[in-house]
Amino acid sequence: MSAASTPGRTTSGRRLGVDPAVVVAYGCIVALLLIGSIYSPNFLSGPYLLQQLKVASFLGVVATGMMFVILLGQIDLSLPWVLTTGAMMASAAAAHPGIVATLSVPFGLACGAAIGLVNGFAVAYMRVPSMIVTLATNAVAQGLMIAYTGGFSPRDTASPLMRALATGSLVPGVANGVLVWAAVAVLALFLLRRTTFGRALYAIGNRERAAYMSGLATRRTTLVAFVIAGLLSALGGVLLAGYSAKASQSMGDAYLLPAIAAVVLGGTHVMGGKGSYLGTIAGVILVTLLQSILSVMQIEESGRQLIYGAVIVVMLLLYGRQRSL
Amino acid sequence: MIDQAGDWRFAFQRNRGAVFAALLFAVIFTIYLSNHPAGFSWNVVQTAANKAALLAFVAAAQSLVVITGGIDLSAGMVLVLCNCLASTVVIGDTTQALGGVAVVLAAGLACGGFNGLLVVVGRLQPIVATIASSALFFGLALILRPSPGGGVDETLADLTTSKIGDMFPASLVFLAAVIAIVWIPFSRSIYGRAAYSIGSAQSAAFMSGLPIRRAQLLAYALAGLLSGVAGLYLTFFSYTGEAAYASGNAYTLYSIASVVLGGVSLAGGRGSLVGAVFGALAFRTIGDLLFIFNFDPLWQPLFEGAVLLVAVSLSSVSLLRVRNRLEWFA
Repeated sequence: MSAASTPGRTTSGRRLGVDPAVVVAYGCIVALLLIGSIYSPNFLSGPYLLQQLKVASFLGVVATGMMFVILLGQIDLSLPWVLTTGAMMASAAAAHPGIVATLSVPFGLACGAAIGLVNGFAVAYMRVPSMIVTLATNAVAQGLMIAYTGGFSPRDTASPLMRALATGSLVPGVANGVLVWAAVAVLALFLLRRTTFGRALYAIGNRERAAYMSGLATRRTTLVAFVIAGLLSALGGVLLAGYSAKASQSMGDAYLLPAIAAVVLGGTHVMGGKGSYLGTIAGVILVTLLQSILSVMQIEESGRQLIYGAVIVVMLLLYGRQRSL
Repeated sequence: MIDQAGDWRFAFQRNRGAVFAALLFAVIFTIYLSNHPAGFSWNVVQTAANKAALLAFVAAAQSLVVITGGIDLSAGMVLVLCNCLASTVVIGDTTQALGGVAVVLAAGLACGGFNGLLVVVGRLQPIVATIASSALFFGLALILRPSPGGGVDETLADLTTSKIGDMFPASLVFLAAVIAIVWIPFSRSIYGRAAYSIGSAQSAAFMSGLPIRRAQLLAYALAGLLSGVAGLYLTFFSYTGEAAYASGNAYTLYSIASVVLGGVSLAGGRGSLVGAVFGALAFRTIGDLLFIFNFDPLWQPLFEGAVLLVAVSLSSVSLLRVRNRLEWFA
């Protein structure tokens, strides 16, 4: 399978179970930590690293969904407003009395999954290009949220449950958000490595036509992958709202590019069919550390955008090139 | 004679999307004008034309790239960057201002050329390449304009946004001129033909010896130029520059909607820039209809999103013609 996914490349590294891109990503993490420790010795201290993991957990959850979709060779550009929708709906539902309040978090997640369902249906069954339809559903979700928050001014502060989910700590010292990400990671690793669904994702990403001819339910698999992506985007939103105590309109904007960057930096092919979840974990930590170092160095938003863009372009040029004709 | 009739039919088939978009625009614009509270006046037409021309430039840019089977998700950010640049350099006396215009256009061309290099030489997927480059362009825009402000040469601004002879909106003349200067030479050249053939069958185009690399590069560069014109025009229209993330994204989104409404196939190889321009005019007027019928402006983003969703869903009608299921994966 690896030979099919990377024509012309050696498969020896793969055979040893080591993806060079993942090794590079972990190497970059070590390098960033060393550079950071020059600025401040705190960089290598336990509390700082745990704090970074806490910040990384939101991106980690969101990037997991993005990875599933990218493995298919598709992309989910509806992430920003699905994330916001999840956060806003969960916050708003918590203001209602009784059963609605207790189910507020599942309700927020269900809203995200519903948008994912629309995406997946359009991509899998209507064959609309994913980048176009997810841009459209992003716009619709934005429109819905603007109309809803403007017209009804619902509660936008996070419920105690959401706050506990993101910032509380069941295990002393480790925020619950990290535990949520760990649970998502274990599930994702299991799905990708041990289930037919996960193997089907890789197969479809390699060549959908061949996967279909082999008898895989390609359309259903694609649909489910988009639903998972929507659900995880919403979960990211719920955690983020819990962390910042409030759901706000532009909270999702800052997550689209880092999510794609984390997946790509982790060695997942943008064309689909190849990538490991360990790489995505490395990518998430890498992006989070990069953000942290840039803010420690007090680089402004403009500089951050430039560095992001440049890093992604360079990594794409290293790993994401298509075959020449 | 028979041959000529055949030619006409062929020409109609080829431009069906554009004709449909033009008719759609004509119908919607008639509804718009006949229900406008102020009734028909050239002022109403001028305001509508100015807003629509702005989107039309970005849609035209998008169509050039989409015809080659690619997509430019940085179109809106090129607009924002050129808006910020124009608010800094298109000032001073007339010579300086005209020099500033040249600088802005060159910047747009350079942005498009950069995208083209990423796609052609870097062999990156257009989606991720242009998402990454849009971050670069937005970063540059923020450096130029950390906070909204700046100014623009008022003579030039009035010239391009006012009315000619107190009637016809100058922006439409400006739009037509840019189309004539960019689209007609491009579409009739070997590069234009190559751009279409890349969109319909890249390998076949390569095997036929068409200059596909230069054609693709040129398509992206010209797209950057047109987005740059849009940025310049936004400055003439608003008199300021602003590095607004949301508005850049919105223009990218609307340009894709306009291209789809204008009958340009998102798979590439079919449609025309003229169709995309009519698509943009139609899309803008659809958005303004809400205002005419006194809807709460809060509903406008939802309405525009829904129009986009319906427009992209329409492209799946062709699935009904599929006879072999393997064609799904084409």
